[in-house]
Amino acid sequence: MELDPLLLSRIQFAFVVSFHAIFPIFTIGLAAYIAVLEGLNFRNPDPVREKLSQFWIKIFALVFGLGVVSGIVMAFQFGTNWSNFSYAASNFLGPMLSYEVMSAFFLEATFLGVLLFGRDKVPRGVHLFAACMVALGTFISSFWILSANSWFHTPAGVELVDGHFQVTSWLQAIFNPSLPYRFSHMALASFITGGFVVAAVSSWYLLRGRNPRSSRMALRMTVIMLAVATPLQLVVGDLHGLNTFEHQPIKVAAMEGHWETQKGAPLVLFGLPDATAEKNHFEIAIPYLGSLILTHSLDGEVHGLKSVAADDRPPVAIVFWSFRIMVAIGVLFIVLSWASLVQMLRGRLFESRRLLTALSWSFPLPFIAVIAGWFVTELGRQPWVVYGMMRVSEALTPSLTGGMALATLIGYVAVYTVVFGAGVYYLRRVILDGLEPIETNEDPDSARPKRPLSALNTAFDGDFLAKGG
Amino acid sequence: MENIDLTLIWVVIIGVAVFMYVLMDGFDLGVGVLFPFAPDDESRDLMMNSVAPVWDGNETWLILGGAGLLAAFPLIYSVFLPALYIGVFLMLAGLIFRGIAFEFRFKSGASKHWWDKSFSIGSTIAAFAQGAVVGAYIQGFDVVDMKYAGGAFDWLTPFTVMTGLGVVTGYALLGATWTVLKTEGATQDWAFKASERLLLGVFGFFIVVSLWTPLAKPFVYDRWVDNAEWLWVFPLLTAVVSVGVWRSIRRRQELMPFVGSMLLFGFFYLGILISMWPYAVPPDYTFWDAASAPGSQLFLLIGVLFLIPVILAYTAFTYWVFRGKVKPGAGYH
Repeated sequence: MELDPLLLSRIQFAFVVSFHAIFPIFTIGLAAYIAVLEGLNFRNPDPVREKLSQFWIKIFALVFGLGVVSGIVMAFQFGTNWSNFSYAASNFLGPMLSYEVMSAFFLEATFLGVLLFGRDKVPRGVHLFAACMVALGTFISSFWILSANSWFHTPAGVELVDGHFQVTSWLQAIFNPSLPYRFSHMALASFITGGFVVAAVSSWYLLRGRNPRSSRMALRMTVIMLAVATPLQLVVGDLHGLNTFEHQPIKVAAMEGHWETQKGAPLVLFGLPDATAEKNHFEIAIPYLGSLILTHSLDGEVHGLKSVAADDRPPVAIVFWSFRIMVAIGVLFIVLSWASLVQMLRGRLFESRRLLTALSWSFPLPFIAVIAGWFVTELGRQPWVVYGMMRVSEALTPSLTGGMALATLIGYVAVYTVVFGAGVYYLRRVILDGLEPIETNEDPDSARPKRPLSALNTAFDGDFLAKGG
Repeated sequence: MENIDLTLIWVVIIGVAVFMYVLMDGFDLGVGVLFPFAPDDESRDLMMNSVAPVWDGNETWLILGGAGLLAAFPLIYSVFLPALYIGVFLMLAGLIFRGIAFEFRFKSGASKHWWDKSFSIGSTIAAFAQGAVVGAYIQGFDVVDMKYAGGAFDWLTPFTVMTGLGVVTGYALLGATWTVLKTEGATQDWAFKASERLLLGVFGFFIVVSLWTPLAKPFVYDRWVDNAEWLWVFPLLTAVVSVGVWRSIRRRQELMPFVGSMLLFGFFYLGILISMWPYAVPPDYTFWDAASAPGSQLFLLIGVLFLIPVILAYTAFTYWVFRGKVKPGAGYH
């Protein structure tokens, strides 16, 4: 059998980028949370909140480390497997990635050192400043990378000259049409991800009666944030969808499972899209609702997949289903966060065992939703690498053989399995270990620990002691 | 803008960024290379603690090197990476295993020795791969129509194995002299001894590369012979600084061995650039052939002029925060 370097490279890219994406999506939200905790503590020192912050900094350090090492891979992936694309798009992509490194990566990496190891070495204000710089860095980084990513979907400010992209307007290229929507959607996604992870861990502690004061504090903060962020995400997601409908109608057709171009298109709730038969099997649909959502008119025209040649269509079934998974989780999040808010306002949240149990199991869901969302948008872009301008098949490294691509694909899967396995194992240990106990006779000003954070007391195997908080 | 050569400015910027990477990640990779040879576990803890707050920032220079090449010299990016495909993977795998070791090692009990191995083997492979990249650059690439046209293992030759081992030794020297600077007592005694031996090794590799390269590459030979009237300064300076480092180690000075070793790296680096100038992708393409559009170079240059000084300032601040000796037990982790 002939190994196809194109397919193998696509699988490899999807694998390494999905693996990488789950870390920043969490650390962006968590960095902001830590900065808020540190800021509150700076104004009004509170040993409970201080322990809480230290605990989440431990988790942050671990997850950020995984994000850094998997991010280095991304810096080279374009060149190793997609050198034709890198060369063609370098005039735009190169400066974008360089600006990301210079304005964000150095900021995060350098101040993380101070945040992690500098608590007793720098004044409190400087430590808070470091926490803020780490949070700011994660945001700036997501701006640049999402701008570059958005440009793949809605390229602007460039022209193709002899197969080479030349930038004609930096402003148009950077602030390309889908950036505002994609950036808002992802920023909210990272807050929601961070929020549900914090809520899940806090609920888990509360169910077991551990670290009750800090867990209540954390849960109260996150429930309020989530109750605002999750419905807002529905609105932003809808706007993002409308923007996609305007610029990439065929992607939306795949998301909606629309084959025919029609006025008064239905909203397909369920169906099994079949790319060969060019129709959905077992379709359940609500008439006119599709047009109403996408065009805000009952008989608005909606493009179908069959309006373009089969070669120009994305893989329908996976886009269709990933979209439904993402939306379902989003709706579930709204229900869960509002149920929690209502119970909290009634003063019953911390006693509602069923709700706490549901929250404690919610932590994988934001990651699944984010990956599903990325599948929708990136697979929906196929067969283009730069939408309407350059095909994925033109992007591949010419010297790459199937054997080489397979070797590194197996290599990355093996390396990431070990890394991820150890990371998850250790995260579990940190969470089982819990927060450091608070000595009640401590006065708040001397509450700063002699040893700075890092998960110093948690042992990897065997010798760990459960602690209460 | 016509009288300003943006490409030349970018050669300097990328040259400085790569050199920053070599120096900074060089010493922390070197600490990893030396790890198995450290006298005991406590020394290993100290060595790792000495680089833990800064390694992440150091490695960011590598990402800047990658992204900067894509921005300023896309031909280098799109030829080197496909040509060094397998080597790049090995380097990245090495960097991953050493990077996660920082987070996991201190939290592990019985499995600690696995993370020791992860750290040292990962660091050594990454250092070797980087040395092989230097060798492959000197060796040149099979490029047709601006695209790499060679095989997966063209880069792996006796010459690149030698440059790979040379860089492993060189990074180990930086790591050893860094350890001298950051530790005391038994660990420092050991680091002094290691520095002495590694300096000899580095000097050996310097002589081998200096003879092998011109013999294998006629244009490098011509370059040095034709410009012998001023280029003799470089071997002389290298020899003088090597002797200086040797004496400072013997006199148990703490800062000079590290500074001197970095200086040595600077001479090697300049020596390679002088040999290869003006080729970015040897044997055919110069830096001007490899350059991106002037508009892109200019757009990024503006950011570089503002941001790099800021980066250098807060990087210096962190090194200052974590200055002085690493103490056992207390302090870092």
